[in-house]
Amino acid sequence: MNTIIQNTRKISIFKWLIWFAGALIALTLLLPAFYLLIRALDAGNSIWGILFSARTMRVLLRTIYLATSVTLGSALLAVPIAWLTVRSDLPMRRFWAILTTLPLVVPSYVGAYLFISVLGPKGMLQKWLSPLGVEELPKLYGFSGAFLVLTLLSYPYILTTTRASLMRMNPALEEASRNLGYGAWSTFFRVTLPQLRPGLAAGGLLVALYVLRDFGAVSFMRYSTFTRVLYIQYQSSFDRTGAAILALVLILLSLLVLLIEIKTRGRANYYGGHVGAVGNPIQIKLGYWRWPSLLFCSTVVLLSLLLPAGILCFWLLRGMRIEMAFPSLWLSAYNSLISSGLASIFILLAAIPVAWLSVRETGRIATFLERVSYSAFALPGMVVALAMVFFGANYAKPIYQTLYLLLFGYLIMFLPQAVGALRTSFLQISPSIEQAARTLGHGPLKVFSSITIPIAWPGISAGIGLVFLTVMKELPITLILGPLGFSTLATSVWSAVEEAMFGAAAAPALLLILLSSVPMGVIVLRERIE
Amino acid sequence: MNNKKVKFSRILLSLIIASGLLLVSCQPEVVEVEVEKEVVVEKEVEVVKEADPGSLVVYSGRSESLVQPIIDQFAAVTGIEVEVKYGKTAEMAAVLMEEGKNSPADVFWAQDPGGAGAVAEAGMFAELPADTLAKVDSGFQSKNGDWVGVSGRARVVVYNTATIDPATDLPDDLWGFVEPEWKGRLGWAPTNGSFQAMVTALRSEWGEEKTKEWLQGIMANDVGVYPKNTPQVAAAAAGEIDIGFVNHYYLHRFIAAEGESFAARNHFLTGGGPGSLVMVATIGRISTGANEANAMKFVEFLLSPVAQQYFAGQTYEYPLVEGVKIHRELTPIAELPKIDIDLSDLVDLQGTVDLLTEVGALE
Repeated sequence: MNTIIQNTRKISIFKWLIWFAGALIALTLLLPAFYLLIRALDAGNSIWGILFSARTMRVLLRTIYLATSVTLGSALLAVPIAWLTVRSDLPMRRFWAILTTLPLVVPSYVGAYLFISVLGPKGMLQKWLSPLGVEELPKLYGFSGAFLVLTLLSYPYILTTTRASLMRMNPALEEASRNLGYGAWSTFFRVTLPQLRPGLAAGGLLVALYVLRDFGAVSFMRYSTFTRVLYIQYQSSFDRTGAAILALVLILLSLLVLLIEIKTRGRANYYGGHVGAVGNPIQIKLGYWRWPSLLFCSTVVLLSLLLPAGILCFWLLRGMRIEMAFPSLWLSAYNSLISSGLASIFILLAAIPVAWLSVRETGRIATFLERVSYSAFALPGMVVALAMVFFGANYAKPIYQTLYLLLFGYLIMFLPQAVGALRTSFLQISPSIEQAARTLGHGPLKVFSSITIPIAWPGISAGIGLVFLTVMKELPITLILGPLGFSTLATSVWSAVEEAMFGAAAAPALLLILLSSVPMGVIVLRERIE
Repeated sequence: MNNKKVKFSRILLSLIIASGLLLVSCQPEVVEVEVEKEVVVEKEVEVVKEADPGSLVVYSGRSESLVQPIIDQFAAVTGIEVEVKYGKTAEMAAVLMEEGKNSPADVFWAQDPGGAGAVAEAGMFAELPADTLAKVDSGFQSKNGDWVGVSGRARVVVYNTATIDPATDLPDDLWGFVEPEWKGRLGWAPTNGSFQAMVTALRSEWGEEKTKEWLQGIMANDVGVYPKNTPQVAAAAAGEIDIGFVNHYYLHRFIAAEGESFAARNHFLTGGGPGSLVMVATIGRISTGANEANAMKFVEFLLSPVAQQYFAGQTYEYPLVEGVKIHRELTPIAELPKIDIDLSDLVDLQGTVDLLTEVGALE
């Protein structure tokens, strides 16, 4: 009797602590919105003219169109790969699993530049094909180019969350379906796919918001989106107030996307009634299907990873041939690894209370908390960075331009990625397992660390992976909030590309991809997908 | 050659979960890292090293790969510990304005006068001494001494060498490119600061109406829109476009990387006008900076023959002080047309942005 009362008290303390942590994080995440409101109050009249012009509306619609298309395109690439690498006997599954997540680390402006140099009107492909009489390639500039680059660089968002869902999925349902006589295809569409809804929705949300805030790919591909209009406001007019109003519109847009995500993810429960640890899922034998499957995976890897990496190697070799001086990279590499590693841990810790509350608590506040965590994700990094400069330089001087404030900047920017991945996994854990453990006399912390965390591990590692890869390539926040003299591989790439020193850009860019593959390798190799 | 050991201290963070609640506590830890860097020190510099030279914080809108070597030289000869924050000029200007009087910056080195103008308008620059300003032509500094030009670049047209013979095919000035023969052959970067400065110059030379007609004429020729200068140079060499409106120095970097066979060259429009406008990178001292003396040393150093020679020789820019030789392929600055406009005037700049928006060039 006594233990039960004690346990109840522990549970309520535990709950309060989580609520407290959640509230603290929500406040931090609202900083950019506060900043934008403060700036927007000073806005001149001319910005309203820009905002409500027919031109801006057109750009807004085009932005939504691009975001929708890229999200759908990414899902079409990601779901088959996720299924093949988790559920089938595809040869070298782990190898494909690692390679297919890596495109996320390629900065979009680099990706776009590389694609133009290969697939552009006078690119390498055109040169190779012209002896065969091919006069003109299909048009790359415009929607098709932006769609292609953004899809190939952001499908790993959906891939990662979907793989985590697949690994956590209760195999009993699929078994039941097969036993009832449904075939593999039919089981996939009737049982597996609906179960993947939360993971798909979480990944799709990340892709859509990524497209909203992208500047690099769309400006290279001549597809003007809302973020480009916002950048022009900063770049050409040096107008922070006008830019703030446009950024607030981006926040509204991201809330709209969030509503769609909530509809997609559905209200159903995604955990099995009684199963604790997941049994081994059925592994589908591909048979002859393995050849088209391999072809599919290798085509995606070829386009999204080998093509960019190949050109980078070419630049590197060309730079070496003319004996170009290459600046030492190891300090940048060290900084990249440290900042990405710390950010992954920090952001994961912050994401746990937010994701847990949004799954286990049904109240409005918990829902609000989760929404808030996404509010800054559609903002271009520069806007988040300026918000942190405003608060940091004026109200938190001791940590301004230190690694600490930089980590907060990353937190605001990338928390949604970790929340999305974690939430999906928490959804698949039945609360009754946790309750059962508690009735056995374990404290809530013990239950959380020995039951919840291990079961949710696929989601946790997916979250770590996503954050790590995106912090590795992050540019504006690192440049603006980093300590003085702080350079990473991403800033080295940028600095060289900016001045057309492609040989010098290739080395850090390749190192970026190479170093990112190590933690991704560790994560994938730890998976239990036998 | 001189070996210099640079010490880097890095703060590591350890994150601890305190007894189950997810409170995060931070503990700094200092790790010393030693890097060997080779720094070339020129003998001509006469700067006396002081016992404690102190430090300097530079905010640079110019990129690391261009200016870090000359900053390293400054640090080596003076012993001053220089810390640099790099970013795009517009971003650095916005950062400075957000920081206000709490800014750690001592100097702001901007890529173009617009960025300097924004910071000047926020009242953050200290007035530079007259003898510093006297070193540079009055056209390349702020009217009230807020900032001074460091190095220059000219607007040129970059052309594809396979399809264009500069002796016969190119018009005398920018206006010629509105002719229908150029349809589908042109490129520009309408969001780029230097391009916009050129349009501002056009407005001052030609007036609003003619400039608008020119913009519309170029757009009617299906001009290719590029995000900045470098992809235009690459596109001109690849034959994607025959002509691009760019700054002169990117070409020389491409040639350095890809060799003399690189299929693009620059052309200075002979008819003059804003087509070959000269623009400068600027430096100004932030009035709230803690290291005033070092900031002035740095400004002086950048205007010294050593630094000016670096810009001429290594970054292919125009030196702005007397007696420094320019790159052999450049047209001397004195032979380029002089246009008397204040490129840091934000009102003028806004007029250009408005005009570009009106004709739809920014879409």
